[in-house]
Amino acid sequence: MPPSAYNFTGHNIMKRTVIHWLIVGFVGFFLLPWYMVDGGFFSLAWLGAFGEQGNGSGAMQVFSHGRSWLLGPLLALIGVFIALFVVKNSVKSAKTIAAISAAGIIYTALQGLIIVRAGPRLFSGLLEGSAAQAGQIGFGTGVLVLLIALLFILTTSFSAMGKGRGDAFVVGLIGLIISLVSIFVFFPVAHILISAFQSSDGQFSPLLFFPRFFSSDIWGLGCLTFSGSCGPAINSLFLAVMTGAGSTMLGLSFALIFTRTGFVAKPLLRVLTIIPIITPPFVIGLALILLFGRTGAATSVFADLFGAEKTRWIYGFQGVYIAQLLSFTPIAFLVLIGVVEGVSPSMEEASQTLDANRWQTFRYVSLPLMRPGLANAFLLGFIESLADFGNPLVLGGNFSVLSTEIYFSIVGAVANPSRAATLAIALLTLTLGAFLLQRKWIGKKSYATVTGKADSGRHAALSRGVKTACYMTALPWAAFTALVYSMIIAGSFVRLWGYNNSFTFDHYIRAFGIKFGETWRFTGVAWDSYFTTLTIASIAAPLTAFVGLATAYLLVRQNFAGKSWFEFSTMLSFAIPGTVIGVSYILAFNFPPIELTGTSIILIIVFVFRNMPVGVRGGIAAMSQLDKSLDEASITLGANSYTTARRVIAPLLGPALIAALTYSFVRAITSVSAVIFLVSAKHNMATAFIVGRVENGDFGLAIAYSAVLIVTMLAAIILLQLLIGKRRLRRDDRVENTAKPPVTGEKA
Amino acid sequence: MKKRYVIGAAVMAAVFSAQQLAAEELSIVCSNEQDWCDLMTGAFAEKTGIDVSMVRKSTGETLAQVRAEAGNPKIDVWWGGTGDPHLIAAAEGLTQASGVDTSELLGWAQKMSEISDGRTIGIHLGVLGVAYNSEILAEKGITPPACWKDLTDASFAGEIQVANPNSSGTAYTELATLVQVFGEDAGFKLLAEIGKNVNQYTKSGSAPSKAAARGETGVSIGFQHDMVKLKKAGFPLEIVSPCEGTGYEVGGVSIITGSKNLDAAKKFVAFAISAEAQSLGPQVGVYNVPSNSKAVMPAEAPDPSTIKLIDYDFATYGSSATRERLLKRWDAEVKK
Repeated sequence: MPPSAYNFTGHNIMKRTVIHWLIVGFVGFFLLPWYMVDGGFFSLAWLGAFGEQGNGSGAMQVFSHGRSWLLGPLLALIGVFIALFVVKNSVKSAKTIAAISAAGIIYTALQGLIIVRAGPRLFSGLLEGSAAQAGQIGFGTGVLVLLIALLFILTTSFSAMGKGRGDAFVVGLIGLIISLVSIFVFFPVAHILISAFQSSDGQFSPLLFFPRFFSSDIWGLGCLTFSGSCGPAINSLFLAVMTGAGSTMLGLSFALIFTRTGFVAKPLLRVLTIIPIITPPFVIGLALILLFGRTGAATSVFADLFGAEKTRWIYGFQGVYIAQLLSFTPIAFLVLIGVVEGVSPSMEEASQTLDANRWQTFRYVSLPLMRPGLANAFLLGFIESLADFGNPLVLGGNFSVLSTEIYFSIVGAVANPSRAATLAIALLTLTLGAFLLQRKWIGKKSYATVTGKADSGRHAALSRGVKTACYMTALPWAAFTALVYSMIIAGSFVRLWGYNNSFTFDHYIRAFGIKFGETWRFTGVAWDSYFTTLTIASIAAPLTAFVGLATAYLLVRQNFAGKSWFEFSTMLSFAIPGTVIGVSYILAFNFPPIELTGTSIILIIVFVFRNMPVGVRGGIAAMSQLDKSLDEASITLGANSYTTARRVIAPLLGPALIAALTYSFVRAITSVSAVIFLVSAKHNMATAFIVGRVENGDFGLAIAYSAVLIVTMLAAIILLQLLIGKRRLRRDDRVENTAKPPVTGEKA
Repeated sequence: MKKRYVIGAAVMAAVFSAQQLAAEELSIVCSNEQDWCDLMTGAFAEKTGIDVSMVRKSTGETLAQVRAEAGNPKIDVWWGGTGDPHLIAAAEGLTQASGVDTSELLGWAQKMSEISDGRTIGIHLGVLGVAYNSEILAEKGITPPACWKDLTDASFAGEIQVANPNSSGTAYTELATLVQVFGEDAGFKLLAEIGKNVNQYTKSGSAPSKAAARGETGVSIGFQHDMVKLKKAGFPLEIVSPCEGTGYEVGGVSIITGSKNLDAAKKFVAFAISAEAQSLGPQVGVYNVPSNSKAVMPAEAPDPSTIKLIDYDFATYGSSATRERLLKRWDAEVKK
C-alpha cells in the first residue's frame, strides 16, 4: 500500500503517516514470525508453535532465543519514534528520521547477508554466541513487513524534506520501485555477470574480460566478406534490427486499418493480430517447418509447379526472421493501436484546413505524433528478437545467435559460465545502444494530443497510397497467420503431424482426460501443470501491470535524479535471456536471507520483473500523449497526486492497461527459458511440460496442449477487454468519408 | 473463560502438530522420457508410501541447477539421462554415494559405479546408431549406409544431420566413439570427411533423428532408442548399427549431496535399479537396454549380442581434460 499522500509539506501530516507506518513496523517485529516458516505463512501452522525458535517473532528471537543482533531493527523503530516527538524543528526531525530508518534498513539487510545458514561469514569474532553460530534461515513475513514500514518511513521523511516536490505518494512509489528492481533484477543479475570477470578457477581477474569480450568469436564479420560466418553478436544485431523494423511496420499497418479505415472484418483481424503472442514456444517453428521445410506442404507445391529442387531454405536467417515477425508483430500492434487512436483529430483537421492533402497530413502531422509509439514498438521488437531462444533453436540451421549460444554455454556438454556471462554482456550492450538511439530519436518534443479539449472525433482518412500499402502488407500477413494457425489446430487432431494425417482425439484424451464416475477425476497428464500455470499467470498479470504502469507514470510525469538510469534498469531483466535470469535467480534466491526456490512465489516474481518492461513501454507511449494540463487541472481542483493518477490518468490508459495485462498474462503462460530452471516438482508449468514432450518427439500431445492454451488465453483476453472496456477519448470515434454517414447530433 | 481459552489452544496445537507429522517426502528430477518418469514415480510412491514429487528436466538443465543450488539443494535424486553429466556431477562432489547393492547389475552398470566411487549407478544402456529415412533415400536413389565409412560417400552430400558436440552429449559420444574405433587422427579425418556431407550441426542431440523422421534430412546420427521411438510412431526410419563397431551411453541415477531425505532417496535408487522396476519400461515405450540382469528386455531394444559394441572408456573420455582437448580439435578440424 502506498502511503497516503498530501501535496504539501506539513509536519503534522508527516507525523501521522510516520506513526501509521511505525505501528506496522512494530507489528512486524513483535507479532509476525521473523524467519520463513514450514508450510508457508498462510498455512498458519506457525501460530500453533509460536514459542519455537523457528517460528518466533523478531522480539522473541532477541529476548527468548538469544539472538541479540536482531535488536537493531527495534532500535531503529524506537529511534524514529523518539525523533518524531523530541525533535521540534520539522526539517531536522525529517532528516533524523530519514537517517535512522535508512540505517535500520541497511542493518537488517546486512545482518541477513552476513549471518547465513552456516553461521556468520564475517565478523565471526564479534558474533561469538551460540545463537549466531547456529546460523539463520531465510527472512520471513515479519522482516518483510518491518522493511516495508521502514522504507515508507524513509520516503515519507524524504518528501517532508521537500524532495519530489514534497509529494509523499510520488516519493514512496519511487522508493518502492527502486527497491523492488534492485532486489529482483540487480541483485540476481549481478551474481551471474560477475563470472565474466572471473578466471576458470573462480579467481577475480577483471583484465580477462576484455580479450573475451572483444573476441572474433562474438563480433566476427566473416559473413560480410564472404570468408566464413559472422559472430553471434553480429547475427543477433542484424536479426534484431530487421525484426524490430518489420514488426513495427506491420503493427502500424494493422493499427491504421483498425482506426483509419472502414475495413469490414475488423473483429476477425483483431483475433489474428493477437493470436501469435499466445502461442507456446516451438509451435510456430514446427508449423513453419511443416509448411516450408524440405518436405513441407508449400515447398512441395512450389517444387511441383516450377520443377524446382526441394531445398532446406527455411533453415537459417530467413526462417528465424519469419517466425519472429509472426511472434512479435502483435506486441508492436498492441503498443501502436493505443497511440494511433490517441492522435488528436484536431491536429489533422487543422492540417487539412491549411490545405494539406491526406498524404501530407499523414506524413507531416499524424506520423510524427506517433513517434513515441513507433520508437517503443521498435525497441520491444528489437529486444524480444535478441532474447528469443525457441525460434533460432528450431529454425536457425547454422545461423548462430547470442541467445542460443548463451543457453548452451550454460547447459551444453561443456558448461562455461564465464562465456555465458560475457555473451550476456554483449547482448546488454546491444540493448543499451538501441535504448539510447530510440531516446535520441524521440527527442524532447511534446507528443501530447489528449488534452481534455473537445474535438470532433473525426480521424483523417488515409490517402489512397497509404491505405493500399496498409492493405497490401497487413492482409497477406493476416492470411499467412491464419494459415499457420489452422495448421496448428489441425495438427492436434491428427495421429502424426505432417506424416500420418488420419483423424484422432487421442492427444486430447491423454492430456485432458476426465474420468466420470462416482467422483470425477482429472486423469489427463496435463491437468496439474495447466492449473498451476493459470493460477500463477493470473496472480502475476495484475502485479506486472501495476508495477509496469506505475513505473511509466514516474518516468513520464515525474522528474528525479538518475531518471534515465532508472529507466534503463527497468529494461534489464527483459533484455537478459531467460536462461541467464533463471540461473541467476537460483544463485541469488536459493540461500538466506531470501530463500524462494522451489516455491510458486519465485515463479510469480520472475514473471513480474521479466514482463514489466512491456507495461513500462506501453505506458510511456500512451502517457506521452496525455497533456500535463489534465494533471494540473486535477491538482488545481484540490486532488492530490495519488487521486490524480487513479482518477484521471488511469482511466485514459485503457489500451496500455489491456496491453500490459494481456501481455504479462500470456507471457507467464508461454515463456520457457527462464522458468525451466525455476519450476519444481510441485509447481510445474505448462511450457516446461510441452518442451519436455517436444524433446521426446511426442508432438501430438504438445500441440494438443498448445491448442488448449491458445483457446484459454484467447478467452481470457476477450474477457479482459470486455471487463476493462474501451476508453472514451471523445464522444465518437469515426473515420471521415466512410460508407456510413456519420451520425451527427445527440439523440432527441 | 480461561478454561475455554486453554481448550481452544490445545485443539489448535493438536491440529497443527498433526499437520507437522507429514509422510516421508522425496523430490526427484527425472531426465528420462515423461511417460517413463510418471510411471516410475507412481509405482515407487505406491510401493513405499513415500510422498514423491517429480519434475522432468533435461540433463544439461539439471546439472546447471544442481550446480547453482549446491550447498542447499532442493532436489534429492536425479534419475535418468545420459551418464556424462552424472559423472561430471560426481567428480565435482555434487552427488554422494548411495551405498545401494549393485550385485544384480550388468558389468557396464557396475563399472559406472566404480568410476564414480558409487556416486552414480548405471540404469540403462543406449546404443549409438545411424538412422535413414527410407522414402527420401529411395527417392534420391542413394544406397543406405551400413558402416561409418559409408557416410563419407559423395551421394550423401547435404543429407546428413548430427548435433554439435560442444552443446550435445549425444554428439560427443559419437566423436569419442569414432576416436576409439579408428584412433584419434584417423577418427578426426573421418569426422571431417563426413562433415562435408553434413547439412547442419544442430544444438540438440535428438533433433537430427526427428528431422530425418520428417524427411528434413536423409540421414541422422544419434541414440537408437530415440530412433526406435520415432519408427514405432510410424515414421519411415530405418536404424543401422555401424559395422565397424559403435559406442553407447550409460544412463545414471545419483543422490544429490546435502539431500534432506537421504533414506527415501536411497530407497528410490534401490528401486530404480531393481528388476521389478526396470521391467516396466516397455509399457511406455522405453526401448533401451535395462541394467538389471534379471529385468525383462524390451523386444524392440537393440540386442547387444547382434551389435558390435566397443569397450567404451568412460574414465578417459568422460574426463574434462580429454573432453576439452577433443572439442578444441573438433572446432579446428571438423566444424565448418
